[in-house]
Amino acid sequence: MKGQLNWFTGGIALGLAFLLAVWVVKPIGVSTQFVILDGIVWDLVSDDVVKEDPKTKSGYASSNAYLNKSGGKYAKNVANPANYSFIFVLSMIFGTFLSRMTKGPVPTQADQIAPTVWRNRFGDESYKRYLAVFAGGFLVLLGARLAGGCTSGHMMSGMMQTSLSGYLFAFGAFGAAVPMAVILFGRK
Amino acid sequence: MNIISALCLGTLFGFVLHRVGATNPHLIIDMLRLKDFHLAKAILLGIAFASSLLFIGMATGMIDPGHLSVKSSYWGVPLGGVILGIGWALAGYCPGTAVAALGEGRKDGAVFVLGGLAGAFAYMLVFAKIKNTFLMDKISGGKVTLAQTESSYDALIQGVPGIIVALAFAMVFALIAWKMPKSEES
Repeated sequence: MKGQLNWFTGGIALGLAFLLAVWVVKPIGVSTQFVILDGIVWDLVSDDVVKEDPKTKSGYASSNAYLNKSGGKYAKNVANPANYSFIFVLSMIFGTFLSRMTKGPVPTQADQIAPTVWRNRFGDESYKRYLAVFAGGFLVLLGARLAGGCTSGHMMSGMMQTSLSGYLFAFGAFGAAVPMAVILFGRK
Repeated sequence: MNIISALCLGTLFGFVLHRVGATNPHLIIDMLRLKDFHLAKAILLGIAFASSLLFIGMATGMIDPGHLSVKSSYWGVPLGGVILGIGWALAGYCPGTAVAALGEGRKDGAVFVLGGLAGAFAYMLVFAKIKNTFLMDKISGGKVTLAQTESSYDALIQGVPGIIVALAFAMVFALIAWKMPKSEES
């Protein structure tokens, strides 16, 4: 597509982003912040989800076992959304916007609802695409949380550090995604 | 300071994901159905480049090994990868690329994020039931790397300096990226 980097320049740029992050702060990860946003919304509608608790390592505790794990570190981030990881993920949206406004690739109106490969296979109705991506998003984040990370945290950051977990994750993810994509969309 | 770093690094990451085409679900699906390897080549080269400079940086004292954050290996990692893989192929988005795609107005990316929030919430609710099952049993000691890093993490490959191991893996990745065809036809 017009405005897109070739694989070599793009690969180097991608590598630089992951390297800079670990150099300055820590490895990039995204999927945890879906939990933090859920926690923030949950905390708005319920009083006892996250509480200050001086007895825990983070100083916060939660009635939810997942937010409470590792000494309440997720609970702490829910209570303080202006933390590094959450702001990092929100800033990504601005980064894409900036790229689009500075001669980066621009998707067509139709592409903004469904990519060509989808429309060729399943047609133009937007509700079908939205149902599929909602289900897809559900599975992706459920799987990412069970795995403890997603493509950026486990695969890119993990394999960069030669972490065993990055390889285990990549085998699982590509092992399922390749046959699934071939079944759904064919090879042609 | 931390927040300024987050703003800069997050903006850079979103910018690069968009510029390389990773926020475009068409390219993700074409990679997964083994038709167009543009993204696979970029990802492999990106890992190779970042890993080489990371280990060179640590060996020369430029990068603090304390910044590493190695995730644990347990049975939920490959299994979660499989569940993620099914949704990834269906949608053409992963968590990071869908968030980034919001910045170029992709509506299906926004619906994916909503589905993702529901999926993450479902996991928060079932976590208490699965946290003491085999899913959380560690593999090879949990937080381990292949190459030695002079940090608190154990390495599986002993007796060889970490930088040699890491550079060897990086060279293999870069070679695969270089030799892989751009697309099925060419």
